Amino acid sequence: MFSTLDFDVIRRSIGYLFYEGMTFTLTLTALSALGGLIFGTLIALMRLSGYKLLGRIAGLYVDFMRSLPLVLVIFWFYFLVPYIGQWLTGASRPIKVGAFSSSLITFIMFEAAYFSEIMRAGIQSISKGQPAAANALGMTYSQTMRYVVLPQAFRNMLPVLLTQTIVLFQDTSLVYVLSITDFLGAASKVAQRDGRLVEMYLFAAAVYFTISCFASWGVRRLQARISIVR
Amino acid sequence: MIELRHVDKWYGPTFQALKDCSTSVAKGEVVVVCGPSGSGKSTLIKCVNALEPIQGGEIILDGIKVNDPKTDLPKLRSRVGMVFQHFELFPHLRIIENLCLAQEKVLGRSHDEAMAKAMKLLERVGLKEHAYKYPAELSGGQQQRVAIARALAMDPIAMLFDEPTSALDPEMISEVLDVMVDLAREGMTMMVVTHEMGFASKVAHRVIFMDRGEIVEDALKEDFFGKPRSDRAQKFLSKILQH
Amino acid sequence: MNYNWNWHIFFEPNPMGTGTYLDMLLSGLWLTIKTALLAWIIALVAGSFIGVLRTLPSNTAQWIGFLYVEFFRNMPLLVQLFLWFFVLPELLPRAAGLWLKQLPNAPFWTAAIGVGLFMSARVAVQLGAGIASLPRGQKQAATALGLTTAQTYRYVLLPLAFRIVLPPLTSEFLNTIKNTAVAITIGLIELTGQARSMQEFSFQVFEAFTAATVIYLLINFIVVTGMRFLERRVAIPGYISGK
Repeated sequence: MFSTLDFDVIRRSIGYLFYEGMTFTLTLTALSALGGLIFGTLIALMRLSGYKLLGRIAGLYVDFMRSLPLVLVIFWFYFLVPYIGQWLTGASRPIKVGAFSSSLITFIMFEAAYFSEIMRAGIQSISKGQPAAANALGMTYSQTMRYVVLPQAFRNMLPVLLTQTIVLFQDTSLVYVLSITDFLGAASKVAQRDGRLVEMYLFAAAVYFTISCFASWGVRRLQARISIVR
Repeated sequence: MIELRHVDKWYGPTFQALKDCSTSVAKGEVVVVCGPSGSGKSTLIKCVNALEPIQGGEIILDGIKVNDPKTDLPKLRSRVGMVFQHFELFPHLRIIENLCLAQEKVLGRSHDEAMAKAMKLLERVGLKEHAYKYPAELSGGQQQRVAIARALAMDPIAMLFDEPTSALDPEMISEVLDVMVDLAREGMTMMVVTHEMGFASKVAHRVIFMDRGEIVEDALKEDFFGKPRSDRAQKFLSKILQH
Repeated sequence: MNYNWNWHIFFEPNPMGTGTYLDMLLSGLWLTIKTALLAWIIALVAGSFIGVLRTLPSNTAQWIGFLYVEFFRNMPLLVQLFLWFFVLPELLPRAAGLWLKQLPNAPFWTAAIGVGLFMSARVAVQLGAGIASLPRGQKQAATALGLTTAQTYRYVLLPLAFRIVLPPLTSEFLNTIKNTAVAITIGLIELTGQARSMQEFSFQVFEAFTAATVIYLLINFIVVTGMRFLERRVAIPGYISGK
């Protein structure tokens, strides 16, 4: 059965797959993780702020995002972002937003909900004596958060944050539904053009698998190192 | 220097942690606060720099009303040093960084100035060679000495100690108390929550005894150890001094 | 926003001749529920088996459990569905492949099995952790009573572990429902898919997605409420979540 397979198609398309596809996937993953972490931290701070209304809004946002399938959220933003852009810029018609920007906004907003829960757990894991000591030294709320609480929360949660980023890396493949050329999109385009679905999808699976395995192995090692230090 | 007038504090609607507490600490005075656990002594000292809000009465620190919403609390707190039961060094920062952080971010000192000050104080508490270690690499007694140095680095006008030795192994208590005794003898204004009656009899000017949220006794050291007036203080003293 | 809202669209006939647009969405909902339930059964059965393997004192069992989980966790769900849908039939012997390809409802079966296996790895991790969190004494006590390993798991460890992991399993069940939407890529027209086709036919983008969103929120609400009820029903008085 393997005699009919032609794995040379991978060699022929490798440049396209990696230069276009994988670059898109990795850039999207990295920027979404960064943006999601920043927004997620802000949401977590809102939830823990002690201002009831602010906390409620943040909580609703998180629950809302976590109730929806990512695919639906991708569609939502794909159609919504042009209108938001129009509203923000005061243009006369919905503005054109590129595939990358649209996906980036989607993933930042979506991941922020998940990262915020991680950061919230991280902040809550720090004993109350730490912010008290910072306050006693005369630090303001923002100084306390910036120099004392958040660095510790981030460090404690680093393995979980990285694991979530691996999930994010895999989830970016869902931009396939918008026919975007991420890694899977590139593989799929070659597969359809050359009629080589089996080879291309096997290869794509292998690549995702290898990268994710290496990354989660790295996270496990990091975790082991952290648990020794403590 | 520190003045408390009719301070009331509630946790929730039902539990009153402090009942009508009034006392004062003069400049250069060392006041020891003691009492059984749950008596409110830690709460009392945390109210002084508003780590705990109060519901009634007023607290005045160096002429500034602490429980006034208009008071710039960070600024006020930066002028009062506090030492905690569990040290509360920042575990993600090296010892020297623990000492420099607030100097630079709160007082706005230059890095060099902060470093010089930090090194001087580390030398004073005998921990200069540990400057570049992390807190977790030090013993409890060493960590508490660092915490004292961290508070001193802010050039405080007064120091608050919240049970500074009660989380320490017995053999480490004296190294911390020695630093505190030196500080008292230099004329630092100090309010100290502690069970260390040896420390109290050595350097305290006054002793406050608390029970169930009330200041039961507020007396000169000699009077307190000589002839405590209240039954509760007598019982407490006899229990503590038995060992 | 120059967008023409038309909320009546739901009651207008859809171009497929299967009733109104609302009927379209509801048939999508029904497919989502069917797929998710079948996937969840697969995830629970396979996940429990693998979860137990991960806690057995045999290296081989643990190794198998580890490989299984790593295999399903380290590939995007979308890619896994492609493997089952496009690749598997080609790699099987000709007759079997042909049979698979001609299977009616192939997207449904592929989605249920694919999502089920994907989720089983997560169930296995949760359950394994739940079993590992039980006090060691439980297993020893069961063994001391003469129970076999299978009996120990069946009567002691699993009943306790499942109660512990009920809250995380709730969110895994919700994830299963949400993940069925990925099957849109292999042609399963479930709820998200129907919303998408409604948008393509009617151009009422936001009405279609709003409706789908509301339905997903309702599903979440119902599942969470139901699971809370279940948690209370199976809670053991005085034990963990019995509070």
